[in-house]
Amino acid sequence: MKKYLSFFRLRFTMGLQYRAAAFAGIVTQFAWGFMEIMVFRAFYHADAAAFPMSFSATASYLWLQQAFLAFFAAWMMENEIFDSIVNGNIAYELCRPINIYNMWYSRSIANRLSRAVLRCFPILIVAAFLPQPYGIETPASLLHFILFLITLALGLAVTVSFCMMIYMLTFFTISPQGLRMGFTSTVEFFAGAVIPLPFFPEKIQKILELLPFASMQNVALRIYSGSMGNSEMQKAILLQVFWLIAVTIAGKLLCRLAEKRITVQGG
Amino acid sequence: MITMEHVCKSYKIAKRNAGFGEACKALFHRKYEVIHALHDVTFTIGDGEMVGYIGPNGAGKSSTIKILSGILTPDSGTVLVDGRIPYKNRIEHVREIGVVFGQRSQLWWDVPVIDSFELLKDIYSISDFGYKQSLEELTALLNLSELLRSPARQLSLGQRMRCEIAASLLHRPRILFLDEPTIGLDAVSKLAVQDFILQQNKSHGTTVILTTHDMQDIEALTSRIILIGKGQILMDGTLDDIKKGGGSIDETVAQLYRTYDI
Repeated sequence: MKKYLSFFRLRFTMGLQYRAAAFAGIVTQFAWGFMEIMVFRAFYHADAAAFPMSFSATASYLWLQQAFLAFFAAWMMENEIFDSIVNGNIAYELCRPINIYNMWYSRSIANRLSRAVLRCFPILIVAAFLPQPYGIETPASLLHFILFLITLALGLAVTVSFCMMIYMLTFFTISPQGLRMGFTSTVEFFAGAVIPLPFFPEKIQKILELLPFASMQNVALRIYSGSMGNSEMQKAILLQVFWLIAVTIAGKLLCRLAEKRITVQGG
Repeated sequence: MITMEHVCKSYKIAKRNAGFGEACKALFHRKYEVIHALHDVTFTIGDGEMVGYIGPNGAGKSSTIKILSGILTPDSGTVLVDGRIPYKNRIEHVREIGVVFGQRSQLWWDVPVIDSFELLKDIYSISDFGYKQSLEELTALLNLSELLRSPARQLSLGQRMRCEIAASLLHRPRILFLDEPTIGLDAVSKLAVQDFILQQNKSHGTTVILTTHDMQDIEALTSRIILIGKGQILMDGTLDDIKKGGGSIDETVAQLYRTYDI
């Protein structure tokens, strides 16, 4: 366990040193957040009753989404992992008495955490001071806030497990391009990164909520403002745990398969 | 003790001719060729031996090293290193070995070298005392004291290679695989690395297997030479066996490659 922790530590401290990237990220996320809120405001202006969430709940959803973008963005995968598979540096990683899957897992979590830590506070603070209903609300209750934190962590874990599948599949395809593109657009759409899931037609929403993608950002961001009922929350959290276990097991199996038939590129 | 018996390994390689038309054709139909990187390779290496593993480009040297270090799985044959099957119990196996791939880097690019070392300490679960001792010894022998606090990306190739070798030895492996460890080094660094490897072998009894194209490395370090070509072992003997004809070692080896037509 200690080795994975120190892996985590090194990746985390490394992530903290990229200041310019963090600054650019914050600016982008502000711009994006404002833009989305303006668009939704126009919609709500037309007919507020036609929407499943109140406008202020939607605004909270959007700001939290921007603040924790690094937790859930499907495109933020570890380029170094892809590189090591494509150019053969994986040879060194395989020479370590360490489980590849766990090592990359701790590394990905560390990377996403370090990015989020640098970016979330400015966004959260500014969003908290914005006039209502454009800013972020206080959580619906203490219980909701605690559940928000738990589901946030679970969502991060599910996202990383999913990315691990993509890393493992790259062992078989060698080039990650196609996989990444397909995976990124699927996740962004079905996870509620483009439009929150409640805004989908009801029948489609029922199906989407069962998919693993709904266990990523959807749950935490909706629980925060209390737009999920008690039984709904219970179901969503159970599904998160289920998908976390299922996707991790699938990834580990793929990893074992990949290790058996690995070829090291580049001599 | 390292034994390889009748080991075969082949790769499937997609091949096509040059040109746009050919590239389009390959979209729908790919032609593969099977390359036999290793074909019935058999040898035994005892504890504490220093073996030079030579052969022309693409002979199968690196493939052998990768199989011995548990990275690749052979298609057939048996491999035993100190009683372990490398590719079956990879994690237990790699604890006992050190590997240097001359053309790759194991150091973290953006952080000081010492951070990479500390990580290796935890990965191999080296005790604080053992780590301190290894680090001091390696720092003195490879002259690293100035380098440890700089990020790996700002070191020259030779400086980095010395750090790479140190990184591979922190956990005091009983067996050391060196895949072209002196690639791109200046004369001083090369001699330093050679001296160092010799000393490791003498003081710790480390088994060393070395692939290289640099015949001075071979002359300085190894007593036994295994020649591989086109995936087969062609010769297994001492340096003197090769050097019978006199002349420089580079010429003799080139002559050898020509006689075996590899």
